[in-house]
Amino acid sequence: MIGESMYQELILEHYKHPQGRGLREPYDAEVHHVNPTCGDEITLRVRVGEAGKIEDVSYDGQGCSISQAAASVLHELTTGSTVRETLSVVDEFTRLMQGRGQVEPDEDVLGDAVAFAGVAKFPARVKCALLSWMAYKDAVVRSAAQ
Amino acid sequence: MTQTSFDVERIRKDFPVLSRELPGGRPLVYLDSGNSSQKPTQVIETMREHLALHYSNVGRAMHALGAESTEAYESARDKIAAFVGAPSRDEVVFTKNASEALNLVAYSFGNPANTDDRFRLGPGDEIVISEMEHHSNIVPWQLLAQRTGATLRWFGVTDEGRLDLSGLDDLVTERTKIISIAHQSNVLGTVNPVADVLARARQAGALVMLDASQSVPHHPVDVAALGVDFVAFTGHKMVGPSGIGVLWGRGELLEAMPPFLGGGEMIEAVWMDRSTYAPIPHKFEAGTPPIVEAIGLGAAVDYLSGVGMAAVEAHERELAAYGLDALRELPGLRLIGPDSLEMRGGTLAFTLDGIHPHDVGQILDDAFGVAVRVGHHCARPLHLRFGIPATTRASFYLYNTTGEIDALVRGLHHVQKVFA
Repeated sequence: MIGESMYQELILEHYKHPQGRGLREPYDAEVHHVNPTCGDEITLRVRVGEAGKIEDVSYDGQGCSISQAAASVLHELTTGSTVRETLSVVDEFTRLMQGRGQVEPDEDVLGDAVAFAGVAKFPARVKCALLSWMAYKDAVVRSAAQ
Repeated sequence: MTQTSFDVERIRKDFPVLSRELPGGRPLVYLDSGNSSQKPTQVIETMREHLALHYSNVGRAMHALGAESTEAYESARDKIAAFVGAPSRDEVVFTKNASEALNLVAYSFGNPANTDDRFRLGPGDEIVISEMEHHSNIVPWQLLAQRTGATLRWFGVTDEGRLDLSGLDDLVTERTKIISIAHQSNVLGTVNPVADVLARARQAGALVMLDASQSVPHHPVDVAALGVDFVAFTGHKMVGPSGIGVLWGRGELLEAMPPFLGGGEMIEAVWMDRSTYAPIPHKFEAGTPPIVEAIGLGAAVDYLSGVGMAAVEAHERELAAYGLDALRELPGLRLIGPDSLEMRGGTLAFTLDGIHPHDVGQILDDAFGVAVRVGHHCARPLHLRFGIPATTRASFYLYNTTGEIDALVRGLHHVQKVFA
């Protein structure tokens, strides 16, 4: 049962009960990202407050459990942190996902996102996990440009 | 479940891959033949033997091996012509796949090198396809419309997954030059009513092409009896190798069409400023062809003929009946395609309420070794029509069993438990 290791309880929990889902106002930047191989898509907004603090990450989209749960975890990990802090989490998550299952995740940095470690062993699914995180990175860059 | 003359266990022994184990000790349950089929020993051995003992280029090598290779390659053409009831072997053109066969015909239209009125195409002319097509029977026609200024139109699909013929007379008119539709849908399993479309096409003076990639492997198909103008199919879905496909066309049309690819062996004589072309089928076979693949496809049709296509069709019909019944038992399952056996093949596409097909496919594979296809199956417009991004698709072939459908259903119950 190889697949079971990918579908961690925590991932299923986030899929069934997504945190922070739904698009909200106000926001500084909105992006729309698509995974053309499977049609997963996400619209994501960021609101950056004073001193570079992420006040809200709101999103809506459709796709597999991995892509949707990843967006929910992203919301939890980023909201309330500074842009700089969150970008280091994004980098660590990206490193884990692209590590083909060989990377030891830094749990202190990733928190709940370590549950996605099993996904890294399935190259076809890595893009699912990264969809919302890449959208977030894009949105943060755009908000800074404004 | 099976006919006495049809022994599925004996057939399974011909396919070495079906007895292998997947990592973790999982048995293989291969329900993805609509994507690509597995190969019997007879095909593998024929190809191996040709490579080992007879291989050389075809049609141009003046030595013993050249003669043996040419003989094997051309006799594969004879076998395929007989298999699909082609009135002449010269009407069978080898391509690399069905997509190339469709593109070949599309490039004949509106081509400045064309001299035949039936292939003249420009603004005001119309091309008709359908909403249930594979991308390979959509994109070549979109490109043709862009090149020539012709208009692309299409049949809709009913809620049940049938070709919507209600507007047939408005859709197919004297402006229509070519209609190209699937013989059997690669997602819905629907077998289309070719005769109805053809009758209207003849009234309107339009040519008709069938994408038979999903029908030739699964049913007895007789191109002459169908009465259409062109038929495309591919080797890898009919227990043959990849890299070889077939265009059948009425000889008189193939002769009238301009060449497609230019190169060696498609010519009669070449000067620096012009060329004359070889007779069909070689006019359309530029360059060294996929020799061993064509020979492998010849062995594949020998294999299928040995089993008997009527028996293959009957077996798959039983599997489709069993599969439809079994899937009905699953709560939250929505079948995308006809719910009855009438005019349908053994391809079952569906969604599960609240569970994305990629999750379904992943768990079926990882936990049970059940190989299905998930996604839009190269038929995105069809999925948009049904308002869904993707489906899970189980597709059956002559080597599948009702026990494998039971394994699929057990797997689907497990998937629903994981996401409950």
